[in-house]
Amino acid sequence: MDIIVCVKHVPETAEAELKIAADGKTMESIGLVFDVNEWDDYALEEAVQIKERLGGTVTAITVGSDAADSTLRKCLARGANHSIRITDSKIENSDGYAVAKILHSAIMNLPYDIVFTGAQAGDDGYSIVGPALAELLDVPHATMVKKIQIDGSSVKVNRELEGGLEEVLEVKLPALLTIQTGINEPRYVSIMGIRKAMKKEIKILALSDINLDEEEVGESGSWIKVEKMYLPPVEKQAELLKGSPEEVSAKIAEILKAQGLI
Amino acid sequence: MSNVFVLTEHRRGQIRDITFEMLTKGRELAEKLNGKLTALILGNNIKAQAKTLTEHAEEVLLIENPQLENFNSDAYQQVLSNLIQQFKPYLTLIGHTSYGVELAPRLSVSLKLPLATDCIGLKLENDQLTITRQVFGGKVNVDATFNEAEGYIATVRQAAFPQEETEVKGEIKEIPSPLLKEGERKRWIEYRLPPPGEVDITASDILVGVGRGIKDEGELPAIEELAKVLRGVLACSRPIVDKGWLPNDRQVGSSGKTVKPKLYIALGISGAFQHILGMKESDLIIAVNKDPNAPIFSAADYGIVDDLFKIVPALKQKISEMKA
Ligand SMILES: Cc1cc2nc3c(=O)[nH]c(=O)nc-3n(C[C@H](O)[C@H](O)[C@H](O)COP(=O)(O)OP(=O)(O)OC[C@H]3O[C@@H](n4cnc5c(N)ncnc54)[C@H](O)[C@@H]3O)c2cc1C
Repeated sequence: MDIIVCVKHVPETAEAELKIAADGKTMESIGLVFDVNEWDDYALEEAVQIKERLGGTVTAITVGSDAADSTLRKCLARGANHSIRITDSKIENSDGYAVAKILHSAIMNLPYDIVFTGAQAGDDGYSIVGPALAELLDVPHATMVKKIQIDGSSVKVNRELEGGLEEVLEVKLPALLTIQTGINEPRYVSIMGIRKAMKKEIKILALSDINLDEEEVGESGSWIKVEKMYLPPVEKQAELLKGSPEEVSAKIAEILKAQGLI
Repeated sequence: MSNVFVLTEHRRGQIRDITFEMLTKGRELAEKLNGKLTALILGNNIKAQAKTLTEHAEEVLLIENPQLENFNSDAYQQVLSNLIQQFKPYLTLIGHTSYGVELAPRLSVSLKLPLATDCIGLKLENDQLTITRQVFGGKVNVDATFNEAEGYIATVRQAAFPQEETEVKGEIKEIPSPLLKEGERKRWIEYRLPPPGEVDITASDILVGVGRGIKDEGELPAIEELAKVLRGVLACSRPIVDKGWLPNDRQVGSSGKTVKPKLYIALGISGAFQHILGMKESDLIIAVNKDPNAPIFSAADYGIVDDLFKIVPALKQKISEMKA
């Protein structure tokens, strides 16, 4: 099995203070910590586990600036054999569709049985790249996959539906699968492992290397154009309880008592 | 060119709520466009469901075929491509759900019609359609416009728009299915129900939900003690299940359980919409999060901006004292 895993280098934002940049359309990235997109972590692990069982290779591929190398190094440390980064100043402001076109141009001439992507990226949350890429590659696909069984020329996958329900599909190979969190337990990478991966090659490609027209990427090659970024308007806000832990605890206890909950 | 299509989402005979939410929004947009609202329903033996839709849309296009018995994005894509090419709607709305996510991007690429996903706002002003969506786990909103095309497609977030009743009496039009022989690349096999869990969190009046803010599995017993003092049950956000720290019968949210307890305490949960969907109907919601901008605070009644590890022991103590 030769498997290509598309990964994205994204900022950790659950705990960060976010600032909108002066242009009002992008986010200030200073002070943000970047890492492998959560969903892609699971996708890479799944690919490496399949490789360990059935042999073959795993290639990690990303679209991004040189900062994204650290994400590729992590993939290499976890067991990817090869890594590719496509970069170009024209790529800025690309949406999920433009990114899918870039990945398509880079992947179409590579050998593969399965392409994995994450079910979504934690930053822009489009959920577009995987299925759009499948259409461009003209291979069947399944999204939000929670279980994979490979048998010969096809895969049986469990897709996650709402409320804990799943559906089982049979998909012919080669195929593209988007991976949902919880499908496996991503392995831990040691600092040593990452250091070793520093010696491995990251193949860098520009748009001209993959024969993709500038017009096809960035704002002109995207489906949508960001006009404005802003903090969500506060429609309803919790009443904030202030004071020391003891004081706020006393307030909560009073509220619960008043409501007959204690 | 001024009509709005809404794709009906249904599973096991049931039309899902997102459909009525999209029909409400779709009607508003169609009126602004001086166009017509059309509900599309694809399936097999679904005339009764199509009838229901006539109370919500002027026109219902019904396409029946045994291959549409269960959702298969390949079959849906073929049928929708035909309909969109034939009727050229200005806008097609699809749910941002497990079905919509499987279908919409591919459909858009093949039709060369731009797509905006996970929309929480759709606004028409001076013939310009602006969509609103969220990024960074709901901490930031984005307004965006489409690159100009003959028509547009948007997937819509669940529960982002209300459902409203109407007086509409629509008509059903049956359209012959364009599907020929069954597709070979992707086959639907069966549903898998989640295994019955040991604990039914939906039956508890008091739930203490923990999220990734606890950082370590070893912190769970302390939280469980708080739940016990409150005579409640421990629940959680998805990452806690993904990490294997709690079984999936404890998960609250769109891919877990929908709960309506008298009290829901959210500890170290950011408030992603998938989580909110599962607990927003709780009578009383109290959230503890050290990030004052965490979206959970707009779902909660009371909030505490602090370290949960300081609040949990203090709260446990206070409640024990009060009970004594
Ligand atoms: C298709 C799909 C379905 C999904 N279904 C679900 C679902 O059913 N349920 C669900 O929950 N999620 C679901 N998710 C995931 C969801 O998008 C979020 O990723 C998830 O809810 C985040 O969980 P969290 O809030 O625990 O973690 P995070 O978003 O990482 O938030 C952790 C929070 O803890 C706070 N914190 C950290 N340390 C402390 C401390 N010491 N004291 C106080 N606060 C602290 C941080 O400020 C942060 O706000 C789904 C996602 C997808 C794509």
